[in-house]
Amino acid sequence: MSAKKTLFEKIWNAHLVAQPAGRSPIIYIDLHLVHEVTSPQAFDGLREAGRKVRQPARTVATVDHNIPTEPRGTPITDLIAARQIAALQANCKEFGVRLFDMDSPEQGIVHVIGPELGLTQPGMTIVCGDSHTSTHGAFGSLAFGIGTSEVEHVLATQCLAQQQPKTMKIDVRGRLADGVTAKDLALGIIGQIGTDGASGHVIEYCGDAVRSLSMEGRMTLCNMSIEAGARAGMVAPDETTFAYVKGKRFAPQGKEWESAVDYWRSLPTDEGAAFDKVVEMDAAQLSPFVTWGTNPGMVAPVTGRVPEVGSLGDSERRSTELALQYMGLEPGKRIEDIGIDRVFIGSCTNSRLEDLRSAARVAKGHHVSAKVRAMVVPGSQTVKRAAEDEGLHQIFLDAGFEWRESGCSMCLGMNPDILQPGERCASTSNRNFEGRQGRGGRTHLVSPMMAAAAAIAGHFTDIRDWKFR
Amino acid sequence: MKPFRTHRGLVAPLDRINVDTDQIIPKQFLKRIERTGFGQFLFYDWRFAADGKKSGDFILDEPRYAGASILVAGKNFGCGSSREHAVWALADFGFRAVISSSFADIFANNSTKNGFLTVLLREDEVGELMRRAREVNDYQLTIDLEQCEVRDDQGFCTKFPIDDFVRHCLLNGLDDIGLTLQHEAEIASYETVHPPPSALQARHP
Repeated sequence: MSAKKTLFEKIWNAHLVAQPAGRSPIIYIDLHLVHEVTSPQAFDGLREAGRKVRQPARTVATVDHNIPTEPRGTPITDLIAARQIAALQANCKEFGVRLFDMDSPEQGIVHVIGPELGLTQPGMTIVCGDSHTSTHGAFGSLAFGIGTSEVEHVLATQCLAQQQPKTMKIDVRGRLADGVTAKDLALGIIGQIGTDGASGHVIEYCGDAVRSLSMEGRMTLCNMSIEAGARAGMVAPDETTFAYVKGKRFAPQGKEWESAVDYWRSLPTDEGAAFDKVVEMDAAQLSPFVTWGTNPGMVAPVTGRVPEVGSLGDSERRSTELALQYMGLEPGKRIEDIGIDRVFIGSCTNSRLEDLRSAARVAKGHHVSAKVRAMVVPGSQTVKRAAEDEGLHQIFLDAGFEWRESGCSMCLGMNPDILQPGERCASTSNRNFEGRQGRGGRTHLVSPMMAAAAAIAGHFTDIRDWKFR
Repeated sequence: MKPFRTHRGLVAPLDRINVDTDQIIPKQFLKRIERTGFGQFLFYDWRFAADGKKSGDFILDEPRYAGASILVAGKNFGCGSSREHAVWALADFGFRAVISSSFADIFANNSTKNGFLTVLLREDEVGELMRRAREVNDYQLTIDLEQCEVRDDQGFCTKFPIDDFVRHCLLNGLDDIGLTLQHEAEIASYETVHPPPSALQARHP
């Protein structure tokens, strides 16, 4: 047997606690992130069974999904949401869990604050009751979403019984052109392999195009892994990773830092290690993408068109017809001719400082179209402060964008930020499912630059032709 | 957890692929802090008009499928959000199992924790069951987890694959957490070698 191992296998092996005969292996979880929506029933389960949180130090909570993005201190008018937030506050108090609450200067989307606090580190196993936990794989950690029963399992045991997933290498050669971002790479991959293309697999993203991404870009890419059905997505840690983590609040310090980096350097996949599946892509072939349908695999280049249905097989044809009907689009329509009503720049996919900088660069000196309402929702309070220090908020406000408080917001519309029926939105989020952003709402997924340009033009437009001011 | 051994029930066909958990249970119903009461919201946007009245044209609301306990659906069922509320809603509505040619990983995982079965069959078999559920009145299937078999009264019979351990837990209704805690000694010894990072151990407000 070959001793050559992938990044995934090294982390998996290092976390095996037990391998009972005839059962799933038990792996240890280094970091458990918790939010208000998927945890209350898990804490109830602990109480009913008389169990404690086994490792409160490895458990970190925040509120993000259903908090309003109006100025903090505005009362929450949704009483059921308020009850859920209160439940998390009470549970964290009772079980001794660290909580970054609404009024915390470090509150934010769980997948934004984990990395920016230095909680997320290479080599770790990280779980959260949220499918976009795959984001943290950008640091070379094994990070995946779980359901509420598994949240309870991790709270009680700090372990999970898991069948070992398969491995998939996505090798992206060459370089992304100007205006083509990590978001476009993610959409291009999903468009190619499909929304179930990586089911049962952990993806490792490799190749020059991936290596040259910033940590923010890698997070965007890994975040969308779940949209290809992957169990997790990962990028091997390197100097870019170490530079990002160094000095963060919960990152190792001093001597601990040196030994941590030594260990992290041993994690990248060994030359010649085998993957169960390999996909190759050429970055130069990718353009800015826009989704036209009701799942992230229904995607076209901005210069392209909504597909014709004639050439498709039966079930694909039916789902395409249903999608176009829901989206209110004609087959063959040019993407650039699709007009929009709303723009959402935010979410765990694209709400970090680099995302906001790139959108602000597009917005600067322009003004949002009179028929468009556009909002920018920073991923965390830390991102918001940093953006304000650079004056990004002023650029957005001058251009007619709303500048709001941090949270998940209109990515899933659990708070008051939702689309009205029939409204069409250019969104930097991760899912264009029916009704995701509000019942009857029509979501088109794009990069932050493409979203900002669409806000100004009033329709989709190729960012590669943009007149920056 | 309720054990799953053999179940016989009425079959409803949902002829769609990539049914995501946002469709199974829309976000506005995720704010409840209990595990119960989600069935009324199952496939809400497909079943109810914007004013909250039943639209009546969704397959599950056809009188002939009332009381269905087995759902047959297109590939990649349960994709998207990790919300376990999707399984709670299906189970609370009265379903015990979904049959499809593929399931999203997290959905399949969540199902097993709730005594809810995801039955994996070939695409042509799923198509055939979907056809029978449409064409045969009161179409019933038996899902036999002891034999790993799906069969009807019209001669359809096929095996389905399932992980041995998952099957064992489902057959016996075993509590996962209890099983893991049988390994307390191994967990404790792992934790001795791998204590939480010192920065996380510090007291917090």
